[in-house]
Amino acid sequence: MVTSNLVAASALRVEEVCKSFPVLDVPGTSRPALGGISFSIAASELVSLVGPSGCGKSTLLRLIAGLDFPDSGELLVDEEKILGPSAARGLVFQDPNLFPWLTVRRNIEAGLVARGVLQEKRHEVDDFMRLVGLETFGRSYPHHLSGGMSQRVALARALINHPKVLLLDEPLGALDAFTRMRMQDEVLHLWENRRTTMLLVTHDIDEAIYMSDRILVMTSAPGRIDREIDIDLGRPRDRTSESFLRLRSEILEHLHFAGKAADVSA
Amino acid sequence: MPVAGAIAFAAHLAVYKNETPMEARTYTNFLATFLMISILIAVGQYRWRRLRAAVWRMRPLFTAAVLLLCAWELITAGWHWLPLPYFPSPAAVLQSMISDRTLLFDSTWHSLVLLLAGYFLGALAGFVSGVCIGWSDPARYWGMPLLKVIGPVPATAWIPLAMVISPSATLSATALIALAVWFPVTMLTASGISNTRASYLDVARTLGANQRYLIFRVAIPAALPSIFVGLFMGLGASFLTLVVAESVGVKSGLGWYVSWAQGWAEYGKVFAALIIMAAFFSTIMTLLFKLRDRVLVWQKGMIKW
Ligand SMILES: Nc1ncnc2c1ncn2[C@@H]1O[C@H](COP(=O)(O)OP(=O)(O)OP(=O)(O)O)[C@@H](O)[C@H]1O
Ligand SMILES: [Mg+2]
Repeated sequence: MVTSNLVAASALRVEEVCKSFPVLDVPGTSRPALGGISFSIAASELVSLVGPSGCGKSTLLRLIAGLDFPDSGELLVDEEKILGPSAARGLVFQDPNLFPWLTVRRNIEAGLVARGVLQEKRHEVDDFMRLVGLETFGRSYPHHLSGGMSQRVALARALINHPKVLLLDEPLGALDAFTRMRMQDEVLHLWENRRTTMLLVTHDIDEAIYMSDRILVMTSAPGRIDREIDIDLGRPRDRTSESFLRLRSEILEHLHFAGKAADVSA
Repeated sequence: MPVAGAIAFAAHLAVYKNETPMEARTYTNFLATFLMISILIAVGQYRWRRLRAAVWRMRPLFTAAVLLLCAWELITAGWHWLPLPYFPSPAAVLQSMISDRTLLFDSTWHSLVLLLAGYFLGALAGFVSGVCIGWSDPARYWGMPLLKVIGPVPATAWIPLAMVISPSATLSATALIALAVWFPVTMLTASGISNTRASYLDVARTLGANQRYLIFRVAIPAALPSIFVGLFMGLGASFLTLVVAESVGVKSGLGWYVSWAQGWAEYGKVFAALIIMAAFFSTIMTLLFKLRDRVLVWQKGMIKW
């Protein structure tokens, strides 16, 4: 398994962030996607973000990654303003977005090549291919992979840079239940090893409870943090334990009463 | 295939008396060779599986080709349907090809050098300007109008001007071919680069990519399919420009040979040169296809291959 020297994790702070997008068919108008989002994540914390489709989760992750900039408000990493993308903040996109012209292996290497450290770090590529269970697919092109395999490659591609903050946008969405649970454990293992700060977008309440220290629940139009739920369960967690199930039904009940995040319970 | 060969051979024997014996001899030999080889293959395919697989696909094509030759011979030498000096029989064409082989070889060589020089120059320039226009906004602002004004003018339209300006006809022909190639390559490279999916660039940037990585490792590979379309279009344009430039200015090459032979009313030579030209151009085209297949293997299965 991938065990490497501890990489310092970063703390994340989001303050009153607003972001709206122009409505193209009505020129001059715009629709708010994020309406004043505030939260913070401590270094080495693993936080899940849940919320209905279209509430702005991906938008928020793009802002934290530095790919977009907010209309107002601030995003800070270790109390420093985010000015652009950086290899220190990895993002696994909702679509795998593998480079179709590169083989699986070269896709995973991409981050090393981009940073010019392929020579020294080449040995890690095999570790990460094994981690995501694709060691025999190194020479395949992305076109020949299934959706779940593509997602696993995308995950490995982001992990290989050892980011201090890892942003995951439904990275396990296309996986079957068993692979999904295995990957959840692998991601947890990685997190425990390296204490990387993680923000995980998911539609799966079980996944959120199983993985995270805290769950942020978003509402939509405009996107806002509705509430935060601390998960005070010890690790490793047992998905079938009484406390797990009680917490699960509490959260579901809450979301149901809130009536705003219906599809989260899916 | 042997049957077709036999038909052609028989037809040839039937009509060859109409022709001068010297001309007919080589063609007779040619058809006899073809017949023999086809019989050999027809027999051999029962013994060697590999041979059979290799030949199977080509069979209808070769059959059609030899039947076409046969029809051509019947129409020209056999029944004299077409006016003679303009439409020589295949035997006469083959004979001209052989008798004039040094000059033909020389012409082909000159055409090849001129074409490749112009093509590579134009493709390289087009690639560079296409990447610049596709990637950088200032380059697009200034380059696009230039491209839109100069590009659509066929390179051959510059011939009169080029002949006056340039000290050497070969030099100006090279430049014109380069210009003809440059336009489609620039256009399609630029559009390929600027249509790079933004998400690929985003992914690369979150992986720590700098500008150089974004251009050379993301935008250009993503644009390659489009760039190849430009290269193919440029190749077509370069053939056209080559032949026109050779027939009006340059004093060598296949284009020149055709108009020279036509001037002497030696239509056998005209046809001989045209056949060589067809083979020559299609070989180059095939090479470019092979290159594309190598470079774009990753597309296999993604698009109709
Ligand atoms: N580039 C863009 N241009 C215009 N509108 C956008 C853009 N990106 C996002 N939006 C809008 O912002 C809102 C939030 O989108 P976002 O992709 O962040 O949702 P999401 O929470 O990730 O949804 P899902 O769970 O379905 O992935 C949507 O209403 C979407 O239409
Ligand atoms: Mg999303």
